[in-house]
Amino acid sequence: MNSTAVDTAGSAPSTFLCHEEPPAHNGTLLGFWIYLMSDCFIFASLFACYAVLGTNDAGGPSAAQILDLPGLAVNTALLLLSSVTFGFAMLEMARQRKRAMLAWLAVAGLLAAGFVGLELHEFHDMIEAGAGPDRSAFLSSFFTLVGTHGLHVSVGILWLIVLMVQLGKFGLTEANIRRLQCLSMFWHFLDLVWVGVFSFVYLAGVLR
Amino acid sequence: MSHPSSPGHADDTLHVHQGSLRGYLTGFVLAAILTIIPFWLVMGHVFDSHWLTITLVLLLAIVQIFVHIVYFLHLDTHSEGGWNMMAFIFTIVLVVIVLGASIWVMYNENANMMPMSPQYQRSGDS
Repeated sequence: MNSTAVDTAGSAPSTFLCHEEPPAHNGTLLGFWIYLMSDCFIFASLFACYAVLGTNDAGGPSAAQILDLPGLAVNTALLLLSSVTFGFAMLEMARQRKRAMLAWLAVAGLLAAGFVGLELHEFHDMIEAGAGPDRSAFLSSFFTLVGTHGLHVSVGILWLIVLMVQLGKFGLTEANIRRLQCLSMFWHFLDLVWVGVFSFVYLAGVLR
Repeated sequence: MSHPSSPGHADDTLHVHQGSLRGYLTGFVLAAILTIIPFWLVMGHVFDSHWLTITLVLLLAIVQIFVHIVYFLHLDTHSEGGWNMMAFIFTIVLVVIVLGASIWVMYNENANMMPMSPQYQRSGDS
C-alpha cells in the first residue's frame, strides 16, 4: 500500500487503482454460513412452536401413540450415513479424484433420497390414520417442523443432482469447488438440525 | 484465481480444510454412539422418571450437535478469519432466547390461565 503511493509519473495508467473490487476470497463460504445461521432461526421458531403446542392433541392421537420410533431409527441412520459419505466425497474432491467423488456424492444423494422417501411414507401413514396436520395443534406443529426439514433435504438433493451434472460436464473448476463446499455445509447442517428433530420432537415428544 | 491474491486474504486458503478421513470417522463414531444412547434410553424404558430421560436425551443432543459442528462442519476460531465463529455464537444466543423465552412465557401463560372446561374444549375442535 505505502510503496504504491510513491508512483511518480502519473502519466501511465496507475496500476494500484482497483477498478473492480475482487470479492473476498472466501466471501461466498462466509455468506453461505450466515444464510445457514439465519436458517437456524427458522428452525428455532418451529422448535419453539412444537415445544409450546406439542402436548395440545385436542383429543386426537398423542405423540406417544402416533410416532414410529423404529422407523425413526432407520431414518436417523440414513441421514447420518449420508452426511459421512458426503464428507468422503469432499475428501476425494481435495485429492482431485473426480470419479470417486461423483460416486460418493451419488451414494450420499441416494441415502438422503431414502430418508425423504421413508419420511413421506410415514407422513402418508399418519394422514391415512386420521393424524394429518389439520387434526390438532400438536400435529400442525409436528408436520410444519418435520416437513420443513424434509423440504430442505429435498431441495438439497435437487441441488446435488444439478451440481453433479455440472461437475461431470465441467470438472473440478474453481466455481464448482466453491459450490460443492457450500452444498457440503448445507448437507451437514441438515443432519445437525435432524439431531434436534429426533431428540426433541420424537424421543422427548413421546415421553411428555 | 483470476485476481492476484490480496494481502488480507493470503492465508485464508490455509484454513479452508476439508477435514480428514480420520476426522469424519471420529465424528461418525461419536455421532452414532450419541444417537444410540438416547434411542436406548427411550425405547428400552431405562429410567422410570420421564423427566430424567428427557433431560438426558436433550443433553446428549446438544453434545452431538457440537460433535457435528466440529467434525463435519469444521468450525473453529480460525475459519473465515473468525467471522464464522462470531456468527455462530450470535446465533446460539438468539436461538437460546427464542426457545427459552417462548417456552417460559407460554408455560406461565398456560399455568395462569383460567382452567378450561373439557366440554368447552371439545366443542372447539369438533
